[in-house]
Amino acid sequence: MAKIGLKNLRHSYSANPSQPSDYALKEIDLDWSDGGAYALLGPSGCGKSTLLNIISGLLVPSEGRILFNDVDVTLLPPAQRNIAQVFQFPVIYDTMTVYDNLAFPLRNRGVDEPHVDKRVREIAAMLELDGELKRKAAGLPPDSKQKISMGRGLVRDDVNVIMFDEPLTVIDPHLKWKLRSKLKELHHKVHATMIYVTHDQTEALTFADQVVVMQDGEIVQIGSPVELFETPAHTFVGHFIGSPGMNVVPCEIRDGAAFVQNMHIATANSASGIGRTELGVRPEFVTLSDAGLPVQVVKIADVGRHRVVETRAGDVRINVLVPEGEPVSVGPSHLAFDPSQSRIYQDGWLAGSRQ
Amino acid sequence: MTLELRNVTKRVGVDMHIHKTDLTLADSGFNVLLGATNAGKTSLIKLMAGLEQPTTGEIWMNGKNVTGISPQKRNISLVHQFFVNYPNMNVFENIASPLRVAGVKSSEITRRVNEAAEILRLGPMLKRKPSELSGGQQQRTALARAIVKESELVLLDEPLANLDYKLREELRDQLPALFAGRGAIVVYATSEPTEALLLGGHTATIYKGRVTQFGETTATYRMPQDLNTAEVFSDPPINTAVVLKQGKDFVLNEQVKWRGTGEANALADGQYTVGIRPHFVTPNAVAAGETSITGVVQITELSGSESVAHFGIGGGQNWVALSNGVQPYQIGTEHTFWIDTSRCLYFTPDGRVAA
Repeated sequence: MAKIGLKNLRHSYSANPSQPSDYALKEIDLDWSDGGAYALLGPSGCGKSTLLNIISGLLVPSEGRILFNDVDVTLLPPAQRNIAQVFQFPVIYDTMTVYDNLAFPLRNRGVDEPHVDKRVREIAAMLELDGELKRKAAGLPPDSKQKISMGRGLVRDDVNVIMFDEPLTVIDPHLKWKLRSKLKELHHKVHATMIYVTHDQTEALTFADQVVVMQDGEIVQIGSPVELFETPAHTFVGHFIGSPGMNVVPCEIRDGAAFVQNMHIATANSASGIGRTELGVRPEFVTLSDAGLPVQVVKIADVGRHRVVETRAGDVRINVLVPEGEPVSVGPSHLAFDPSQSRIYQDGWLAGSRQ
Repeated sequence: MTLELRNVTKRVGVDMHIHKTDLTLADSGFNVLLGATNAGKTSLIKLMAGLEQPTTGEIWMNGKNVTGISPQKRNISLVHQFFVNYPNMNVFENIASPLRVAGVKSSEITRRVNEAAEILRLGPMLKRKPSELSGGQQQRTALARAIVKESELVLLDEPLANLDYKLREELRDQLPALFAGRGAIVVYATSEPTEALLLGGHTATIYKGRVTQFGETTATYRMPQDLNTAEVFSDPPINTAVVLKQGKDFVLNEQVKWRGTGEANALADGQYTVGIRPHFVTPNAVAAGETSITGVVQITELSGSESVAHFGIGGGQNWVALSNGVQPYQIGTEHTFWIDTSRCLYFTPDGRVAA
């Protein structure tokens, strides 16, 4: 296993990049410690797959270096990097048994049979494939095939890093939660450095100790699940994590304090008032009340355990989560904001925290 | 406007894909078909579209028997999970295609395509080919085509399943308004209970080829008439266990027993299955009279704003607890949870609701 260093990485798919928008990866500089569970989270096109391909060696970055345990591997081809990868779709040999599929990466490297047997059985037990070892892979359902794929990634204990690229895409929703938590459990057992790439917040937050949130080729925040939920460093993180996401409401700054439509809103931070300023507050921390910001309730969606209430302050949409049982009706109302969970953002970034 | 399935069955070989179904759908709000993969949602949609013929029974549209009439001769639109567009046509022509086939005059086509493109924010993309679009834009193109056609029946078969979840959130939010007031019957198939709740309207729960219940979405969710419906309409899965009613008490095991409330009090002594949704099993007591249950946490999950814990309740069975925020669960350690017993549903041994 290895610690991984990404030093001043930039990548452009065009031959002569001249402006920031020419870069699929803008500037990445980070260190991942040995044995950690990391997730790269972001929407399609955010650069997460580019970054993954650079780490695996499928792509040489335009600028910067990749270090595995302080050794520069930037120019090494994938085969020499000693990594394992699990892809969106199962990569297995249909004609082989489950056992032989799992044993393949080990036999390929000349590992002796007693060790192969021990390791295959360990991994099969962890993935609950131990009852299927003698079956041909061809007849198995998609989730079992993907478990074999994962097993092939996990079976070698000498790899630098195991990378998962949207591994649960083909899995039925009602089986996803099982595999999601299975992977987390496996990380605890095998102590490998793992990198998990996904656009799904639940997968990322469930799996990783540290989540790297990306947007437009840039890292917008690196943090634990709690940090990402409680103190988003950027409005994008607030919006992307949580469902519905954080409300982002344009505001004016007077003497460092936030004013929304001329009403003062108490916040946890203050701001200089330079640039575009917005108030960020999650729907969980907004309540309907008798006083506060005047709004119109325009829509109420009952999702069972709470209601998602859509309000408008002028033409700005603000969502509120209302617990089951509390009365709500369409029409005029007011909003109160929890000051400890309301924050000012300047040009997208949490005011006073720009990294 | 109504679509009626009268005594419809569908048998393929020896397999009953759809058991006898009577269903009347109207044009007020969405009609959601909710069920797991292979429950029969797509079979029902194909029967409604006329792409497949029922083995027995009839399909009536606006009081007219349309059984056996080909899909081309019915005024329907169908949007699939996979984005289906003509790769050689630009977005404008893709949206216009059903109107061209129908011989609508050119100026009218331009007006209707532009209107639909405006609603779906495809205005700037009209000259692009599908290959130059993101997944979300491709699916919006398919939806726009369904809108311009002004069909009497719009069938949406998991249309958002292949999109990033943030995009899914956005489109799901817009879809009901998009079709409101257009006089079309809209049928929407999904495997996600939360999606059904957010879409509102009416929901039919489908379990192994049977419509187990049909009614207003929130009523179906809150008042399931049988255990299958409760299970289909719960995410995370509803917790169940066999309990014994003895006098005033419901007994799960020696440690966990509670007094019945309301109708449950009047149930005869004997064996029942209790059903309790995960958000009524929480790590902190929220109401008086709650019963505690202790178990070892097996699995935890984070969605960003909510935490899920799977814990053992004995007998190899797991329950799920769902609560707001990020909870500090430790896998492998014992935690105590609180059951809001006033929210328990009780089912008879044959699965009918008892209280």
